[in-house]
Amino acid sequence: MMGLKSINRIFLSIAAIAVVFAFLIWAQGNLDAYKVRILNLCAINIILTLSLNLTNGFTGLFSLGTAGFMAVGAYVSALLTMSPEVKAMNFFMVPINPALAHLNAPFIVALILAGLISALVGFLIGAPVLKLKGDYLAIATLGFGEIISVIFTNTQTITNGALGLKGIPQYTNLYWSWGTAIVVILGLITLLNSSYGRAFKAIREDEIAAQAMGVNLFYHKVLSFSLSAFIAGIGGALLANLISTIDPTMFRFFLTYQILLMVVLGGMGSITGSCISAFIMTVIMELLRVVESPMNLGFINIPGIPGMRMVVFAVILIVVVLFMRQGIMGEKEITWDMLLRKGAGRHESSGS
Amino acid sequence: MTFELFLQHLINGISLGSLYALIAIGYTMVYGIVRLINFAHGDIIMLAAYFVFFGVGLFHMPWWLSALLSIVLTALVGMGIEKAAYKPLRDAPRISILISAIGVSFFLENFGIVVFGGRPQAFYSPKVFQGVIKLGNVSIINLGIIIPVITIILLMGLVYIVNNTRTGMAMRACSKDIDTAKLMGIDVDRIISFTFGLGSALAAVGGIMWGLKYPQLHPLIGIMPGLKCFIAAVVGGIGNIPGAMLGGFILGIGEILLVAFLPGLSGYRDAFAFIILILILLFRPTGILGEKVAEKV
Repeated sequence: MMGLKSINRIFLSIAAIAVVFAFLIWAQGNLDAYKVRILNLCAINIILTLSLNLTNGFTGLFSLGTAGFMAVGAYVSALLTMSPEVKAMNFFMVPINPALAHLNAPFIVALILAGLISALVGFLIGAPVLKLKGDYLAIATLGFGEIISVIFTNTQTITNGALGLKGIPQYTNLYWSWGTAIVVILGLITLLNSSYGRAFKAIREDEIAAQAMGVNLFYHKVLSFSLSAFIAGIGGALLANLISTIDPTMFRFFLTYQILLMVVLGGMGSITGSCISAFIMTVIMELLRVVESPMNLGFINIPGIPGMRMVVFAVILIVVVLFMRQGIMGEKEITWDMLLRKGAGRHESSGS
Repeated sequence: MTFELFLQHLINGISLGSLYALIAIGYTMVYGIVRLINFAHGDIIMLAAYFVFFGVGLFHMPWWLSALLSIVLTALVGMGIEKAAYKPLRDAPRISILISAIGVSFFLENFGIVVFGGRPQAFYSPKVFQGVIKLGNVSIINLGIIIPVITIILLMGLVYIVNNTRTGMAMRACSKDIDTAKLMGIDVDRIISFTFGLGSALAAVGGIMWGLKYPQLHPLIGIMPGLKCFIAAVVGGIGNIPGAMLGGFILGIGEILLVAFLPGLSGYRDAFAFIILILILLFRPTGILGEKVAEKV
């Protein structure tokens, strides 16, 4: 791999991140709240898409549990950041568990704890379930996501049941969301270029062959799964502190399917692909709100069609799978080498 | 708990279990042949119920006629889905076809919301099904008997088709080895299409009876029965028709008895099936009646 000197690559990356942050500083000050919110959602979706891509794209474990892990992260962060007064207001049907009533932590601690507890849940789920393969794994993880939603509806002293939590402080801003996204991206790049990443890809390509080459299947699968849960938990926490209202029905498979579409569209096994598709899909989903609101074209009134956005969404998913199975990027990445040499057939990920 | 009360719950369980069995068979047949979890199967149930709803409500057809039409239409929809979304991916990696199935399911649900509206509607239920039979202290709603009877008749018919007809023989051949079946001159496309049609028709019957049992109709009613019946199919041993029936009954009866004996856990009713699934997958991954298949390199 005779690309650029690695020092140049690092320099370019730092420059790119600096440009992104310069844009964020400008955006935070000059864009209206709605646009800032969309940018925040973009970053959160990038985080979630990368989380799902780690298991589904890089390790070949078809997991559908993202929404469940997001729920864990969201609730952990919400309970840690809400003030005791707000909690007391929320839990008017059933009083809150006294151990949780006065719990409070800074946002950074809440985020990390959200990720850790989500990873713990991921580990507990993953250890038994990762014996399964392919579609069985998909159903089992989907089932777990649903179970988490059911459990959260029933544990009223902890989660306030179906009423959900309201008034979660809106700490998430562009620096938090994009900062986390960049940390996740850099972390994943480092991970995937390490021996762990190569073991993940080996498992994806052929489990039996990987095992024969000495890759510890169980260890790496559980690691990938728990890491994915960790990232999804943080994503959920950022989301909770952005939209400030959560309830258990929010975190059902609908949410997972949306993230799955972003993964598939970007390319299963491509970090840059995930970032691009998460960004594009988030913006498109916002633009599509037009379809749902009534339109007045001067001479004709078109009534809004609620739910149409999701139909479009599903159609995109089917069309992508049928006609561009590789997604935007396939398993390729956009690298500095490729950009500077106009992508003359040189790619960082030269098929494992 | 008195014996009568137990019997009452058992009968409710059998009635629910036979519904699950009916729907689970669609999963198992499709999986047996194309190795695909047809995620859209649950939404097929919803479509069937809505077809009857519109047949009676919009076109003022007699009840039995709209039920019949609904079964035919649903079978056609099932075959259409296979042609449009699964057939082009038959040689693709299994994950692609699974994603396509998820997409179709997601599409049908949201299509339902757009076209049928998100508000729950009351499902029309003819008088015949509502009468109550009393056996001592046990009272059974007619429907509770009609559902298992219809299920058993349909299942006997299905077993006959699979075991004694040429198409059934071809279906069995396809589920053993699809490539060899092709070489033996079996029109695989036709068999797969037929399987989807048959599975969807059974699901339609299940969906209509579901509507009669729980007469509140909305576009997302298919999801939970869909997931649970897939679990029933796995519990029994996927690809195995008697297994799907067994799994359906285990799940239905277990669910009702859980709620009856441990009312405190009734909120976790929907989680019960998933816990059974995990247990089965951990201790007997091929299901109760499934055969063990060694993985080839």
